[in-house]
Amino acid sequence: MARIITMRNALSEAFRQVMEEDPTVIMMGEDIAGGQGAPGEADAWGGDLGITKGLLGRFGPDRVLDTPISETAYIGAAVGAATAGLRPIAELMFVDFMGVCFDPLLNQAAKFRYMFGGKTRTPLVVRTQYGAGVGAGAQHSQSLYSLFAHIPGLKCVIPSTAYDAKGLMIASVRDDDPVVFFEHKAMYDTVRDDVPERAYAVPLGEANVVTEGDDVTIVAVGRMVHFAHEAVRKCAAEGIGCELIDPRTISPLDEDTILESVERTGRLVVVDEGYPRCGFAADIAALAAEKCFHALKAPILKVTPPHTPIPFAPNLEELWLPSPARIAEAVRRVME
Amino acid sequence: MQLNRDELLKAYRLMRGIRVFEERVHDEFEAGRIPGFVHLYAGQEASAVGVCMHLGDDDYIGSTHRGHGHCIAKGCDIEGMMLELFAKQGGLCDGKGGSMHIADFDKGMMGANSIVGAAVPLALGAALAAKTLKRGTVAVPFCGDGGSNQGGVLESLNLASVWKLPVVFAFENNGYAETTAASWAVAGGDIVNRAAAFGMPGVQVDGFDFFAVHAAAGAAIARAREGGGPTLLEIKLGRFYGHHEGDSQTYRAAGEADRLRAEHDCLTLFRRRVVEAALLDADDLDAADRAVAEEVEAAVAVARAAAPPDAAALSTNVYVSY
Repeated sequence: MARIITMRNALSEAFRQVMEEDPTVIMMGEDIAGGQGAPGEADAWGGDLGITKGLLGRFGPDRVLDTPISETAYIGAAVGAATAGLRPIAELMFVDFMGVCFDPLLNQAAKFRYMFGGKTRTPLVVRTQYGAGVGAGAQHSQSLYSLFAHIPGLKCVIPSTAYDAKGLMIASVRDDDPVVFFEHKAMYDTVRDDVPERAYAVPLGEANVVTEGDDVTIVAVGRMVHFAHEAVRKCAAEGIGCELIDPRTISPLDEDTILESVERTGRLVVVDEGYPRCGFAADIAALAAEKCFHALKAPILKVTPPHTPIPFAPNLEELWLPSPARIAEAVRRVME
Repeated sequence: MQLNRDELLKAYRLMRGIRVFEERVHDEFEAGRIPGFVHLYAGQEASAVGVCMHLGDDDYIGSTHRGHGHCIAKGCDIEGMMLELFAKQGGLCDGKGGSMHIADFDKGMMGANSIVGAAVPLALGAALAAKTLKRGTVAVPFCGDGGSNQGGVLESLNLASVWKLPVVFAFENNGYAETTAASWAVAGGDIVNRAAAFGMPGVQVDGFDFFAVHAAAGAAIARAREGGGPTLLEIKLGRFYGHHEGDSQTYRAAGEADRLRAEHDCLTLFRRRVVEAALLDADDLDAADRAVAEEVEAAVAVARAAAPPDAAALSTNVYVSY
């Protein structure tokens, strides 16, 4: 019996289940409950988009902590707490805000295990909103996952379905390494699929083959999986068979699934909502060029935004974002 | 500091301009004609205007996500602002910035900023430039109670004293960081208490009272201009609307915003005071109301009719040269 729920509800359920199964799991962030110290309703927001609503009532203020607007302090504290017996889930409201507080992840959490000779564990999840498409402007719309995948010691998770969001969140919380978990702000209510009620984990580092095909391999993550899927349907009608691969986690990366597919199809299109330079798409393209060059029948194509910040005006933002039409066009070009 | 008739009228026009602008933006946003997010300044007008009346175009201000009032008080063009909010050609930032990122460097307005507290160290840099280049100008970063808890803001307070910069920190404490009460999130009581720890004077002022803000800001800015170093102002006020448009505001006490409008409206208080003291006639103020309403209405009409940016604008101005 299918149970179709939104990504929002899948994540909420994951938080509830991991907090129930492990009393060391705590959550912290700005207004993740809301109304702290205010005269009105407690748990007024449950996060800026209501994703964590209800957790305060269920688990109490010792495990659901609102913070002042002090990202450096609380992300740093989450890292420290993770080394000292807790398993924090820290919400960074928008990934753009990482500019304020990168050090605790970049130089601290990512390095501890290695630098301290394997003597520490930092079981931490930083969950954060990313992505363009809602007119949020240059400082609230970026897809910065490649920055984190660049750093050895961090894991980087980008779900595209409600099922994966729940399973990957549970896996991330149970994982003993620091994980940065990316939630696209335009997907919470628009993405709905079949999600089991039980607590289950989707392993980090296992790609999902969304569609099978023999002509072109498409690799995409997050919201771009849905855009690419639309392109796959369009191309199928034109007789082109696309294998759409969603790595689900870009660090660790399931290289085998991607390379096996490219070996077979000989053609690769990579779709990325992040900036084009030194990013995820470039990384996957380099991987294929390096490891299956002789199987390639056409140049590898990247479908990315241009190398510009994200414009506010909706007409420009739409041009900025990769689109299903541009992905389909790239597929046709590698087939020429 | 005595204000003459023209200055009083200017102050009223600016405050009224901000109010009408925000009320119209509220309506236009609700009608779906403004994309993205807006955070309204209505209720806080006495702060922006009381401070910026002391500043010229060569003085800099830094702003916040709630920046429309700072822009207007600093002299930004209302039509250019409205076009920007509507994401249209001719906007102050060509439609590429939006409400949270309006800037006009010709007016010394360094930008609204959607990263909380981020403008504070930037304005510190403007003060450093003023000092280094011996301009005799000052910088005023505006920052909310929420931003007062950012590490970079606290570091800026320290650095301003260490370098003895011509800067006045204007903390607008409207009681809430999004939904979170300042009384909970600002440890140590009031923000003004932090001034002593960083070796600068701290002044707390009633932000509903234009004259109180004007006097306190005037003294602090004069001191900074004369090389006396930084001052921290805590301007206590309240916002009439939510954190952003669409905020249900259930964290507030019932009727709280209505009480602010009824009892603590800086415009009403200003009008009462100047009319009772016979500094201005009610007729002058009424005429200002009409003029401002027409100006804002005209800006809305222009913004609605204007074209969105050309597609070519997508890739311009990423760099000066590349």
